[in-house]
Amino acid sequence: MEISGNQPTASTTGNTPGEAIFERVLPNALVAKSNELFALARKSSLWTLSFGLACCAIEMIDAHMSHHDLDRFGVVTWPSPRQADVMIVAGTVVKKMAEPIKRLYEQMPDPKWVIAMGSCATNGGPYYRSYSVVMGVDHLVPVDVYVPGCPPRPEALMYGVMELQKKISNDAKNRKLPVITSKPDTSTS
Amino acid sequence: MVQKVTETRTQSADRLDEVDMMLNMGPQHPSTHGVFRLVVWLDGERIVKAEPHIGYLHRGSEKLCEREDYAQIITLFDRLDYVANLNGELAFCMAAEKLMGLEVPERAWYIRTILCELNRIASHMLFYGVYGLDAGAMSPVLYGFRERERIILLFEAVTGARMMHNYIRIGGVKEDLPDDFNKRMATLIDELKHGIDECDRLLSRSEIFLERTKGVGTIDGKTAIDYGVSGPMLRAAGVKEDVRVSEPYGIYDRFDFGIPVGTNGDCWDRYYVRILEMRESLSIIEQAMQQMEPGDIAAKVRRIARPPKGEAFIRTESPRGDFGVFLVSDGGDKPYRVKVRAPSFANLQAITHLLRDAYIADAVVVLGSIDIILGEVDR
Amino acid sequence: MSDEPVSEDSEKPKAEAKAEKPARPARKEPETPTAPVMLDERGEALSGVLPKVFSDFEIEYSAAMDEVVAIVKPKDIPEVCRIAKEDERLNFDYLRSISVVDYEERLEVNYHLFSLENRHKMVIKTSVSPDDPHVPTATGVWRGADWHEREGHDLFGVVFDDHPNLKPLVLYEGFEGFPGRKSFPFHEYEEW
Repeated sequence: MEISGNQPTASTTGNTPGEAIFERVLPNALVAKSNELFALARKSSLWTLSFGLACCAIEMIDAHMSHHDLDRFGVVTWPSPRQADVMIVAGTVVKKMAEPIKRLYEQMPDPKWVIAMGSCATNGGPYYRSYSVVMGVDHLVPVDVYVPGCPPRPEALMYGVMELQKKISNDAKNRKLPVITSKPDTSTS
Repeated sequence: MVQKVTETRTQSADRLDEVDMMLNMGPQHPSTHGVFRLVVWLDGERIVKAEPHIGYLHRGSEKLCEREDYAQIITLFDRLDYVANLNGELAFCMAAEKLMGLEVPERAWYIRTILCELNRIASHMLFYGVYGLDAGAMSPVLYGFRERERIILLFEAVTGARMMHNYIRIGGVKEDLPDDFNKRMATLIDELKHGIDECDRLLSRSEIFLERTKGVGTIDGKTAIDYGVSGPMLRAAGVKEDVRVSEPYGIYDRFDFGIPVGTNGDCWDRYYVRILEMRESLSIIEQAMQQMEPGDIAAKVRRIARPPKGEAFIRTESPRGDFGVFLVSDGGDKPYRVKVRAPSFANLQAITHLLRDAYIADAVVVLGSIDIILGEVDR
Repeated sequence: MSDEPVSEDSEKPKAEAKAEKPARPARKEPETPTAPVMLDERGEALSGVLPKVFSDFEIEYSAAMDEVVAIVKPKDIPEVCRIAKEDERLNFDYLRSISVVDYEERLEVNYHLFSLENRHKMVIKTSVSPDDPHVPTATGVWRGADWHEREGHDLFGVVFDDHPNLKPLVLYEGFEGFPGRKSFPFHEYEEW
């Protein structure tokens, strides 16, 4: 497509406004609200913070690998929290790991989401009587999607990711802006 | 992730005062295979001292076992070594059977052996893929997981679960094999044979891979034994020790298979021993498929098992090495104490030795070659 | 030890006893049955050799299932372990594990040994009081004892004297109590 810009021509001299470039470039343009557009972009490229805690991590890796290929939903693992959007808590959160997880969450830029994968991350799972296990990662960070199972199948994780995508676009439609977390709280462990 | 290091610098190593840098790796790090933290002190690019920190997955499984029935504990053992679940189940069931003096039917042993060896291949395939990633090659992980997925599909048909099978029970197995097992197994063996060869061709002789792993992180047999190292890591150091052969349990004395042994004890040996082991496992499976005959799949056991008072220590060969279970019973329906002798736990100790005077760039390759599973290290 | 009272005993003891294999001890006995001792020939040979090797020490010998057991005084542990490793008749070069068992009135430290050369195995046991548990370290004998001892210190509070680095291993700094012990409570939560 040729874009020539708003050059004054013979017909549009004087006070008549020139032809808008928008009409020429995208004649069939749809208009959308900016937050919905952002949500569309966000949900289509969810970068997950790649860290596995326990058994679920194996299924998480499996979901990314050749057979299931989570990449086709735009979900790419990223080892650094600074560029990650989603934290998939895959596995048992023990008290020794609680502080690092909290800090990882705080290091992620807004907007950010958390998927609690598996029953351990949901509520302690088989280890609910243990002295050293945090009974669900929601005691530490806000969780958006819980994926049940011990461990969840890769398909279940994919479904969880799609639910998160739905949630992102619904939140944008309902004008719920992404939660901006308050200032980091590192007092508790 | 940056984490505050609280340790003082004055420990053991004498050169610590003049080191350039102290570097923290983990607990969130893509190459630590889970939640493992390694603190290294560097002099230039040389590692002066490495200090591993574990416990980021300490779930208290051993304590939890004291409160569960014997049958329920199998689920906890599934989740210890979560890449080779069936081998963990087998170890615990064998310990309980030893205390109870149970005779497990032949067919049950064949089923157990076939599935455990398959699980060994699946575990080594995961190692193969992830080790490729550690060394900087992206494609092996796709191939490794492709092979692993095939095995897992068969597991799902047999046990009903992809990972946490809860299939091996005290006295036998949960249920008999599905009708089309022999057919599926024959296809799978063919696929795996081809797959292992393909994986071997893809990575083992790669120039870059050889450069990165040959002669890196060497350990000699005597030191390895001193550290309690077992499994492929010990065999790579030239010690011919495999519990399946030296103390055959179950029906392993009926099969003819070799023990691959390395010569240098370096990372490449540890890697290649595992590749060769997969072939041996396939040969065991093939022999077992030929020998297996119909029959009972479980001994008669009371629903609530009550082993007599006493203690039993069992050793099995899990994909990572010598997986031991120390079971103390007081005659009740719950064990008095369960202690797991995890192979990764002992193998990981040797990392301080392996990393001494290594380059910092080799740290990940050395760590990957130990093939740790944190669920088992921390328990 | 199960803290619940045994409830299944009262149900149909006769029918179940019938179904059991004859080799297993009858369930109605007042005392709990004990696992049989079944030493193999290597174990028999080893139990013959042990008293000669450790003639200088006060050691009680017994057997548990298929393993020879030597019950040692805590203070003798380093010396006994060293001899067990270095004596050619024993040659226990491979430490399988160090496990602590809490018998409430005493803490028992089990050293499971194996000899890759001679292919025999044994257990060295020592008991300490739970109030002041001190056992000399065996790290000087097997380097692999390091983490096993740190774990025992973490979970059971057994102090392995002269251990080079007895920091918390599996628990975090500042964990209160010894979770491996029987007195340490499980995490309980109520249904709501």
